[in-house]
Amino acid sequence: MATVDLKDVKKVYPGGVEAVKGVSIAIPDKELCVLVGPSGCGKSTLLRMIAGLETISAGTCSIDGKVVNAIGPTERDIAMVFQNYALYPHMKVYDNMAYGLRNRGMPKDEIDKRVRTTAETLELAHLLERRPRELSGGQRQRVAMGRAIVRSPKVFLFDEPLSNLDAKLRGQMRVEIKSLQRKLGVTSVYVTHDQLEAMTLADVLVVMNAGLVEQLGAPLDIYEKPASTFVASFIGAPPMNLLPLRSGQLEGAVSLPAIPANAATIGFRPEDCEVGADGAASEGGLRLMARVLGVEPVGAESFLYCEAAGGRIVVRVPGRTAVAVGDQLPVLARREKVHFFGSDGKRV
Amino acid sequence: MIDNSPIRTFIAHLVLVLGILIVAFPIYYTFVASTHSLQTILRPPLPLLPGDRFVENYSEALFGGVGRIGGVSVATLLFNTTVVALGIAIGKIIISLLSAYAIVFFRFPLRMTFFWLIFITLMLPVEVRILPTYKVMVDFGLIDTYTGLIVPLIASATATLLFRQFFLTIPGELVEAARVDGAGPWRFFWDILLPLSRTNIAALFVILFIYGWTQYLWPLLVTNRNDMNTIVIALRKMISFADADTEWHLVMVTSMLAIVPPILVVVLMQRWFVRGLVDTEK
Repeated sequence: MATVDLKDVKKVYPGGVEAVKGVSIAIPDKELCVLVGPSGCGKSTLLRMIAGLETISAGTCSIDGKVVNAIGPTERDIAMVFQNYALYPHMKVYDNMAYGLRNRGMPKDEIDKRVRTTAETLELAHLLERRPRELSGGQRQRVAMGRAIVRSPKVFLFDEPLSNLDAKLRGQMRVEIKSLQRKLGVTSVYVTHDQLEAMTLADVLVVMNAGLVEQLGAPLDIYEKPASTFVASFIGAPPMNLLPLRSGQLEGAVSLPAIPANAATIGFRPEDCEVGADGAASEGGLRLMARVLGVEPVGAESFLYCEAAGGRIVVRVPGRTAVAVGDQLPVLARREKVHFFGSDGKRV
Repeated sequence: MIDNSPIRTFIAHLVLVLGILIVAFPIYYTFVASTHSLQTILRPPLPLLPGDRFVENYSEALFGGVGRIGGVSVATLLFNTTVVALGIAIGKIIISLLSAYAIVFFRFPLRMTFFWLIFITLMLPVEVRILPTYKVMVDFGLIDTYTGLIVPLIASATATLLFRQFFLTIPGELVEAARVDGAGPWRFFWDILLPLSRTNIAALFVILFIYGWTQYLWPLLVTNRNDMNTIVIALRKMISFADADTEWHLVMVTSMLAIVPPILVVVLMQRWFVRGLVDTEK
């Protein structure tokens, strides 16, 4: 259907604030690209520039090989799902979905066919005569999706579409969006601040920070090899444990793997820790003594909040745990699960 | 209330009933007077019950014409006043909708300047600018025309501000969704903004209709011919200083007729009016 290409795209607001400082992303056809980052990182601005709702200050945005910088949102052939759904409150569900088609001058019977087919897909058929305020949050979300799908555009744009739903519904819709996107094969850009959504939905994951791309790649590659301390602490929950190195040493560590010369921070994920293991497993790995400050059992796993090597770390242990607050524990991270970052925060 | 003991209920109702009596009695008495002959009215005391000349008095006023205002019938006056009140209400709503739309949804040079210019006119009511306005109307030859009666009263800073405040509450996402859906400025205005504003428009219509209906100073200045008078002006002209010259029964009939249309508008649009004042329906 379409590719989306961003080349060195910048956004400078009048007044000099630079929201996006030069971003290049190439999204292949039919793939779902997730932009993730903390609030204010420029991800929404970027999405709105692809939509044509914001002007592009520098660089080019092309859809399907055609530069669209100077083209309005209507002609870009995109559809957008908004955070607050932005349904027309005075129109019935049917008209909400049909409005975009009518504006494009599609014949009535064709509109009717499309709206009904889409409603069928989204299980909205029985709600077509209702108004948005008579719908639940999840149903409104579906209507917003329907309004985008019914147009069969070149690109879907999602602006934090699930952030207004409760946790259970969010999980359900996440799966649905993914399968729908697969089925329809429409290139999509999805903005979220939720790293779980980002990990599960993305074909291409883009981690953004302060107007720049921190890392771009497949979600699991990013998880396994975070390019910077920022990505390491943003992707994964709870975030990666990061401890500062002082002149190549970690205070209070029992044993240390070989440390690269320019490393300033050592990192390991809570889920990569082993508690109490010794002997062969610890060979060449990181081993340190930790004092437990708090225990958080969540059922399938428990999180231990500990103090170690002059910093705070989180350790994940499976299932129930007998560990109590105040215990001293040996914590081990295998060599291949230990990450090093330089003084500029970049991976070494 | 929390406590509904019979005594409290009784006192509450008593106060309400007394209030209504005080407000309604003069109107009732006007109605009574409008059903008696001139002779009965001029010979005090006026009876407390309606007389037998209801049909005669009302048909004389409505269709026959009233002597003191050059034989113009009250029907003509009602028509004039309706045209003027509707013209002012609808004109004000259209103008202020459009100017609020421009100020809220478009970015153009001097946008805030225009907003403040409109705002400043709030401080210049008709009375302050009445002489220059009158001069302009004379120069345009608009004395004794509906245009002359309506146009100077149309520009409305209040309504513009009201619509501006309402438009500001419309989420930006809705505007963007419409843009993505291919709605241009006019389509957005017509398909989305107008339907969302309908309760506000209805409430404003009621207020402005009554405002237009009760205009006194401007119609007094800008109409000379009796058949172009509005009902309020005509009422004033019907009353002479000498009691015997005044056709009091017709004055009373005209008074009664003058309050019917505003009441009708309020009653018919009550549902919309209240909704427009209390909820924003979003």
